Parts: sequence; structure tokens; C-alpha cells
Amino acid sequence: MNERIPDGLRELLAHATAAGHLPWRRLLKPGDWLLLVCAAALVAASYPLLWRGGVADRAIVRRDGQLVTELALNIPRKYAVAGAIGTTVIEVQPGRARVLSDPGPRQYCVQQGWLTRANAVAICAPNHVTLQLAGRSGQNGAYDTLNY
Amino acid sequence: MTRSTIELPVTADDYRIARYAAAAIALTVAEAALPSPLPGIKPGLANIIVLVVLTRYGWTDAAWVSLLRVVAGSLVIGQFLAPGFFLALAGALCSLAVLALAQHLPPRVFGPVSASVLAAFAHIGGQIALARIWLVPHDGVFYLLPLFATAALVFGTINGLVAARLLAIPVTAAVTSPATPSSVKAAP
Repeated sequence: MNERIPDGLRELLAHATAAGHLPWRRLLKPGDWLLLVCAAALVAASYPLLWRGGVADRAIVRRDGQLVTELALNIPRKYAVAGAIGTTVIEVQPGRARVLSDPGPRQYCVQQGWLTRANAVAICAPNHVTLQLAGRSGQNGAYDTLNY
Repeated sequence: MTRSTIELPVTADDYRIARYAAAAIALTVAEAALPSPLPGIKPGLANIIVLVVLTRYGWTDAAWVSLLRVVAGSLVIGQFLAPGFFLALAGALCSLAVLALAQHLPPRVFGPVSASVLAAFAHIGGQIALARIWLVPHDGVFYLLPLFATAALVFGTINGLVAARLLAIPVTAAVTSPATPSSVKAAP
């Protein structure tokens, strides 16, 4: 068995055994610590930077495909839209939005609940009203809609 | 075995590089058996050997070991000229380029761990760049960058610590003395 291990690897294994109980801490020099901290900070920063595309920052309300209003997702408020068969009420809270009430018979868009991700959409078809969330401009232009 | 009719002159340097490359290839093959959560995320244990060689014998030897590892390792696991081979090659070339610069860091302040982490980041950088240019024609690959960067940080640190530990032991006679041709021929 030992014969099949390449010489170089066998030497390294022998060395590793010979090292005994050298504390790991002593293998790190001050510059290493500095570099590790900087690298960890960069890695941590890369998560929000690269994954922010999925975060919505405004709600777009349309009637018959025509823009009715854009609501920023940072202040809680309610907004009523007059549609084809009645009034749809949109509720906005920080970071999310939903259709609070709708005159449609099956209430699909109401039951969809809170929308939180960019490009998520709730469609109240009978009333011709849609609620869509949008992320940072242009970031998600590749998708028409996302559904979860 | 028929005796070879051509004799290639082999220097002690060649034997040394071949032995370290063999160790690196063995680690590559062993690592190929490990399951990976994401294609491209691997411990990169062979880089421990590259770091040891870099510190002991300089950048040229490290480049030989690293590139021999990529070519021969891919031949052994059946990946030669497959996409994985080119990704590994791009990663190895980028990390060698970074190591060429990193070896000039003041050794009193920076140890093998720094070199390892920098090389690991260069490795994923090269791989993602090639993947973006060649394999994935949209920016979706960058979505995985945080995961790859985390893996590079973790495995780069561990590999660097192992390399530092190996380097902390004084070089034995077995490592410095060239292998005799007879011992090499005896190997199967």
C-alpha cells in the first residue's frame, strides 16, 4: 500500500505526522490576519451587492396595461385604483406590497398575498388591474415576470 | 520490459518536479471522488503542493507542478480537453500569475496563508471569467460569485494553513537529495 503513494506525497505525509502539535495560530502572520479579515469583508459585501437584484424597491400599478402609479416600497400606505368592475385596493408596507381587496369573483390576486421579490406580479384580471414589483432600474429587464 | 532506445537526459530538478507533480496529481484524483455541492467548488488540495513548491523552490517549479497537475490530473480522471479541463487551466494560470506577484510580499508579514487565499481568489476569478466568456453567454454566472468567493476563502485558508504547517518542518535530506534513477525505475 505504502509503495503506491507517490514519493512526494509520502514525504509530505511523513512531514505532517512529524509536525506533531504545532499550534495552528502560530502559522498565521500579522499580514495573513489582515488579508483574511479584508477578504472576509469583501466576500460578505459581495452577497448583498450581487443578490440585491431580487429585492424590490417600488410597486407598479397598471390598469389595462397603462401605468396608473408607482409606489415606493419604503412608506406604508394604501392606494385605491378604479378598475373595470370596481375598486382594487393596493396595500404597501416597507419592502412588500399586496392587493388588499378586489371586486373580482375569484379573488386570485388577493389570495396571492404579499409580493416581496422584484418582478413578482399579482393580476386582478376581472378588474383589469395589475400590481407588479420592480427592482433597481434595468437590473431585471431580462424577465417579464417571476412567480413563486 | 524492453529497454528504451532513446535516453533523455534527466536532471535532479526534473525528478523533483515530477515527484511533487505526482503528489499533486494524487490529491487531484482523490479529490475528484468527493461530492461537490456546486460544479467548480472543490477544496483544491493540490494547491497545497504548489504552495510548498513555490516557497521551497520558486515560481518556475511551482508553475511546472501546477500545470503538470492540470494536464495529467485531467488525463487520469478522463477530463482532458473537456470544459472542466479548460476551467481548471484558466484557474491555474490566473493563480500562478497572482502567485508570481504574491511571492514578493514581505515574508516577515505574510505567510503561505496569504498566498493561498490570493491564489484561491485568482483561481475562481479565472474560472468564472472563462465560464462567462465561453460557456455561459449571460451574466447569470456572477450570481454564483458570492458562493465561489466563500469557498475560495474557506479552502484557501485551510490549504494555506496546511502548507504553512508542512513548511514549518525543516527540509529533510530525503526532499533535497535527488532521487536516483534506479529508485525511479523500480516504481511500477
